[in-house]
Amino acid sequence: MLKKYILIWITIICSTIFILKLASLQLSNNSYFNSDFAIQEISIYPERGLIFDRNGQLLVANQPMYDLIIIPENTLEFDTLQFSKLIGIEMNELKKKISNSINYSRKIPSVIKTQISKQENAFLQEKIWLYDGFYLRKNSVRDYIKPFASNVIGYTGEVSQSEIDSENYYENGEMIGKQGIEKYYENELRGIKGKKYFQKDRFNRVIGPYNNSEEDIDPTKAKNITLTIDIELQKYAESLLTNKKGGVVVIEPSSGEILSLVSAPTYQSIQFIGQNRTTNFQKLLNDSINKPLFDRSLQAQYSPGSPLKILNALIGLQENVINENTTFTCNSGHYYAKNAFMGCHNQFGTISDLRKGIYNSCNTYFAKTYKMILDKYETPSEGLDKWANHIKSFGLGDYLGYDLFIGKKGFIPESDYYNNFYGDNRWGSSTTISNSIGQGEILTTPIQMANFASAIANRGFYIKPHFVKKINNESLSKKERISTTIDKENFEIVIDGMVDVVNKGTARIAKINGINVAGKTGTVENFILIEGEKKQLTDHSTFIAFAPAEDPEIVVSVFIENGYWGSRWAAPIASLIIEKYLTDNIERKWLENRMVNGSLQSEYEKPYKFKNFSINE
Amino acid sequence: MNSLNILKYDLISILSYCLLVTFGIINIYSSSFNESFTSIFDSSTIVGKQIIFLIASSVTFIIIIFTKTNFFDRIALLLYFGSILLLLSLFLFGVERGGAKSWYLIGPISFQPTELAKLSTALFLAKFLSIIQTDLNKTRDIFIVSIIILIPIILITLQPDPGSALVFLAFIFPILREGLDLRFFYFGLIIVSTLILTLILGITKSVITLSILFLILYIHNRRKNFKISILRYLLSLIILIGISFSTNYLFENILEQRHRDRINLVIGKEVDDRGIGYNTNQSKIAISNGGLFGAGFLQGTQTKGNFVPRQHTDYIFSTIGEEWGFMGSVITILLFMLLITRISLRAERQVNHFKRIYCYCFASLLFFHFFINIGMSIGLIPSIGIPLPFISYGGSSLLIFSVMFFIYLNFDSSRLKED
Repeated sequence: MLKKYILIWITIICSTIFILKLASLQLSNNSYFNSDFAIQEISIYPERGLIFDRNGQLLVANQPMYDLIIIPENTLEFDTLQFSKLIGIEMNELKKKISNSINYSRKIPSVIKTQISKQENAFLQEKIWLYDGFYLRKNSVRDYIKPFASNVIGYTGEVSQSEIDSENYYENGEMIGKQGIEKYYENELRGIKGKKYFQKDRFNRVIGPYNNSEEDIDPTKAKNITLTIDIELQKYAESLLTNKKGGVVVIEPSSGEILSLVSAPTYQSIQFIGQNRTTNFQKLLNDSINKPLFDRSLQAQYSPGSPLKILNALIGLQENVINENTTFTCNSGHYYAKNAFMGCHNQFGTISDLRKGIYNSCNTYFAKTYKMILDKYETPSEGLDKWANHIKSFGLGDYLGYDLFIGKKGFIPESDYYNNFYGDNRWGSSTTISNSIGQGEILTTPIQMANFASAIANRGFYIKPHFVKKINNESLSKKERISTTIDKENFEIVIDGMVDVVNKGTARIAKINGINVAGKTGTVENFILIEGEKKQLTDHSTFIAFAPAEDPEIVVSVFIENGYWGSRWAAPIASLIIEKYLTDNIERKWLENRMVNGSLQSEYEKPYKFKNFSINE
Repeated sequence: MNSLNILKYDLISILSYCLLVTFGIINIYSSSFNESFTSIFDSSTIVGKQIIFLIASSVTFIIIIFTKTNFFDRIALLLYFGSILLLLSLFLFGVERGGAKSWYLIGPISFQPTELAKLSTALFLAKFLSIIQTDLNKTRDIFIVSIIILIPIILITLQPDPGSALVFLAFIFPILREGLDLRFFYFGLIIVSTLILTLILGITKSVITLSILFLILYIHNRRKNFKISILRYLLSLIILIGISFSTNYLFENILEQRHRDRINLVIGKEVDDRGIGYNTNQSKIAISNGGLFGAGFLQGTQTKGNFVPRQHTDYIFSTIGEEWGFMGSVITILLFMLLITRISLRAERQVNHFKRIYCYCFASLLFFHFFINIGMSIGLIPSIGIPLPFISYGGSSLLIFSVMFFIYLNFDSSRLKED
């Protein structure tokens, strides 16, 4: 019997083995056998989107750069010394690069030198034909036309491994937005790359399009972006911050559009282009004193100082603990608790109503108001949370949701914070009295300051600040109004007080002929740790303002580190920016000169140079 | 005389044959496709030539179907010696192609007598084994049978075309079927296994393995029968160890370097995907690319890029794998399986010895080609250049296999008649 069926059995067994082997070859995901060596895929990149300012000025375009390519198989003997001189690469390095590319593949192109400029290319094109196997390949890189607003625009760079892994789009060597608008709007600016497929034969030669190009994908055009930034204003604001550290934020309150965002000192996008990219980047990264990569207007958290008094006035009015006629007496300060005195620069026996309290920036007035707000409620916790709720409705203690990836939340203390610190309700309004004058635990960023000034200018609401006005020609939809907890009618008296600040108060230097400016100065105490020892530094100079007060078109927040009085640096800078924006002309040239040429470098060097130094000079 | 009654023919086999031949033409067209082709009937193209041979085969179909069965019985001897003569005169008049003198050129047509030898050996072997006096237990008859098979093997090996010569080992199956002691088969199997074992494991390990196996076998059989003598086991073991020791000598001295390389590749001793292993590797890549349903007709990228050498002949299965995927490959395998099992099952029902043995020879030949060709394409067997019957490009092969199939149809339809 066995003999009869031996052939049949062997046939069946062999067929089964064949089918199993075929299943393992064809049905399993064997990456080696599945990669198709016969198809060459080439990516087609759309040109990266352009960036304009709000008035249509071109800020960022693209420029051709060239890569020097070698195909080792095609090279003939040549004079390496002469060639290395021609392309400007050391002999040894050139030899190393050539041998590397030979090791990689004799047939596939390798890059010898990248980022060759247009001028160099024009020169090289004349000679390169003498060297077989070498050619120049065109490449597109960013062209940053205006050297301003780099902290907003950001820069591009080669994708990192983690970026390749996190999104299923990028391949090695491609460019991606690394910072700023370039990063936030990467998807719009890059478009979508297309693909072309080619059929290759066994000698790795392309023998034609694959599948009649039916599977090719056309690239999707990139979108152009129009910023809300006014580049002329930005340029002017940047010039005013020369040799100072700090930030300026300018917002159009009716739309939330950011007109300027200055951080000083800063970098320039152009430093991230070309052959010196790496060295420039290291230099910027290593500058731990000036921190140019740190955006002070978005990321620096300071105590807000006196501008916060405005909010306390509004909360006092809303909570009905004061009205416009409420007066307090200041004796160059006051005892807010037993043996606890808070000083004030007002003279002994000054009697202030609300407007006077604002334009003279009276500590006593707002300390007492704050106390009354908290004491209105049964427990200090309830009072403080009520107060914090009002403060937060102005966007403080929040990221604000603008269209850049960097920022800080700031800090608004609530009852939890003090309960943890002192024990449940074992604290009161006097314990937290510093909050009344913007010192103490509160932290804000300059953009948050500008945003709350914007809410005041709008008499009770703000629109999320943002940097992009249009994508292609499509306007971004109207932003929603975010209401504060303060009723509209409570703003007028406070704004009158702010106008007085400029007309007859602490910031008379900010006065502009013919324009009603509302503002509030701030002088912020600050400390630094030097070798474990807490030392006080010269006060920060800060100012918030908007103009014209009746129908505001512009809001400015200025923060100058260690500038001393608010009226010394911050107020004049804000005033000049307002004048420039509203009149397009500066009448007070002397003030402009003082601001542009004034330097605080010696102030910044103090803690690094001297063991003992005097402040607030 | 036979009257043409369609129902008496093995219709399922005919259908399988038609499917395989058509599929063959389609895949030859695809693997030799290039844009400049004009007509598939153009005799200057590869498909055109194959189609001409297909038409010629159809003509033989008519002739063979209406031929009396005993005619094949009568011409078997003549055909066999004719083939031997043709093989011999190859050395004088043959044309060399791909390193082997195995072709006759008659005008535009080239012919490979090796293929004819397969047919004539099958017929002649059937004839000899069906003689009443032949007894495969007699040394004399075993010797004669060996000579019948060995003559073409030797002549073809000398061309040199050892791959085709190997195919004649397929006749082992009918000889076993007709009464050769199965111990010959087992003995051969054990020797081949020992050789392969030694090649893979090396001498020391395979001697140890063999000793352990024999010990287990002895103890196992001892339980059933106490009288069993250990001497026979020891003797067999010593012979096998001797073979094991001679493996290296055989491997290094009898085989050529290219054969050694091919064997080493399959048993995994060598990896060289660019040089000697290029064919098999590319074939595997092409087949893997097919996936479940394949790339589709003319869509195989490996096929188009000519990555697999000799793709329309010996490596035709890689085109099937790439363009028709797992489904197409499995259907092809199942068709062959169906054909082989069907032919051998129906052979068993034959009353006439000559016809039965012939059908069995044909099924064995079919199996051997199928086994070696597909096994090689998917990397299970060392690269041996023989065609896939009915599918590979090659006029002689298509014609002779068709003729062999038609003879089977003829024999099968007259199964019940003793003529």
